[in-house]
Amino acid sequence: MSKVKNVVLDPIFNNNPILYQILGICSALAVTSKLETSLVMALAVTFVVAFSNMAVSFIRNHVSSSIRILIEMTIIASLVIIADQILKAFAYDISKQLSVYVGLIITNCIVMGRAEAFALKNPPLLSFMDGIGNGLGYAVVLIVVGFIRELLGSGKLLGLQVLPLYTDGGWYVPNGLFLLSPSAFVIIGLLIWAVRTWKPEQVEED
Amino acid sequence: MSNDSTKKMIIVALGVCLVCSVFVSSAAVFLHGRQEDNKELDKIKNILIAGDLQTDGGDVQRIFKEKVDIGLADLKTGAFLPKDQYSDKLNPNTFDIKSMADDNEYGMSIPSQKDIAHIFRMPKYMPIYMIKTGQNVEKYILPFYGKGLWSTMYGFMALGSDLRTIEALTFYEHGETPGLGGEVDNPKWKALWVGKKAFDENGNVKITVIKGRVDPSSPDAKYEVDGLSGATLTTRGLDAMVKFWLSENGYGRFIQQCKSQKEGIHEQG
Repeated sequence: MSKVKNVVLDPIFNNNPILYQILGICSALAVTSKLETSLVMALAVTFVVAFSNMAVSFIRNHVSSSIRILIEMTIIASLVIIADQILKAFAYDISKQLSVYVGLIITNCIVMGRAEAFALKNPPLLSFMDGIGNGLGYAVVLIVVGFIRELLGSGKLLGLQVLPLYTDGGWYVPNGLFLLSPSAFVIIGLLIWAVRTWKPEQVEED
Repeated sequence: MSNDSTKKMIIVALGVCLVCSVFVSSAAVFLHGRQEDNKELDKIKNILIAGDLQTDGGDVQRIFKEKVDIGLADLKTGAFLPKDQYSDKLNPNTFDIKSMADDNEYGMSIPSQKDIAHIFRMPKYMPIYMIKTGQNVEKYILPFYGKGLWSTMYGFMALGSDLRTIEALTFYEHGETPGLGGEVDNPKWKALWVGKKAFDENGNVKITVIKGRVDPSSPDAKYEVDGLSGATLTTRGLDAMVKFWLSENGYGRFIQQCKSQKEGIHEQG
């Protein structure tokens, strides 16, 4: 039981895919200008990692290492298409905003990375939980970045005005830089710094 | 059997592909209906946005039914098709531009020298969405489409009651590069079109999407819209599609008809 707990909780702070392994940065920059899109993207990635891990783990004892990567890609691509179709059916507006980035989950290194590093060596259920854990780790960062960017960039949270804008007679002058991708770089950088100060064992040796 | 034997590899690969294809195709089939509904709703929303009608919180379908009149224009004559000639296919409520353009009876191919928007085929009729106050049409919302860099862009152009002033431009479907050509979706860029004049005093199509920024002091500024930076080919496509649809080959005759009808009313009055 404690093993499952570790597998799920470890990737959140101790071995976070974005903050520690520095994977999945591309989408973390692209979709975090709003909290809503960050949340949906995090859900989609969690879905894909969890099920791709489980599927890869199911057939891990029957796959030759020479076609391993192809098989993994087939599974991941199928799951991404399914996630995309579901979003188009149930969250059309958000799927339009996410545009290509749903499809680009295929290239998110977290998915492939977990299949290779974990699912090939562990049983299906544990692999599934590892996928959930890594999805959560990814989600935590996306949500924090999305929260900061939407709040400072447009004074809103989930589309609701939180800080009254100067242009509407309030006091807050929105900082447009936070709506642009480079701001996510800075925020993620600061997050990495914060986590490594809190957990010095994550600091790499020179 | 060893995992590395050719036979087993082929079996495993085929098995995985089979299972994956079943999942993918069932997702596509079962969700298709909902996705089409969403697309239709999104299209209606865009018509309302083009007509500058509030959509926030309201029931989009209801607002659409209440506020928007639909007619079917014969592009050859420029006249509205009488309602008694509507048929199963020829019905503005269910009109689908893509399938009508490909239809043998109701679509036509465009001669290549005229096809500046690179769309190859177009419907002979087009739905016209009108927002009226009393008997007067305040806005004409015209669907239009054309080739960008990667995709065909589908959108609406709203013309004011003078049929010369552009009131809005929206796109409801395109596959241009996000952040570059995909900026056709950007509300700030779309706002640049509002108030521009599509035709000059003599009724010639004059609107142009230029490369770079419009010089506000230029006498032609009211006919010009900024191009999208970093998206030269999308910008060219936009320019061509606007010109095409406003010309004789597109809505030209329809616009002429509406104008002369209006003048007729004024003379009588």
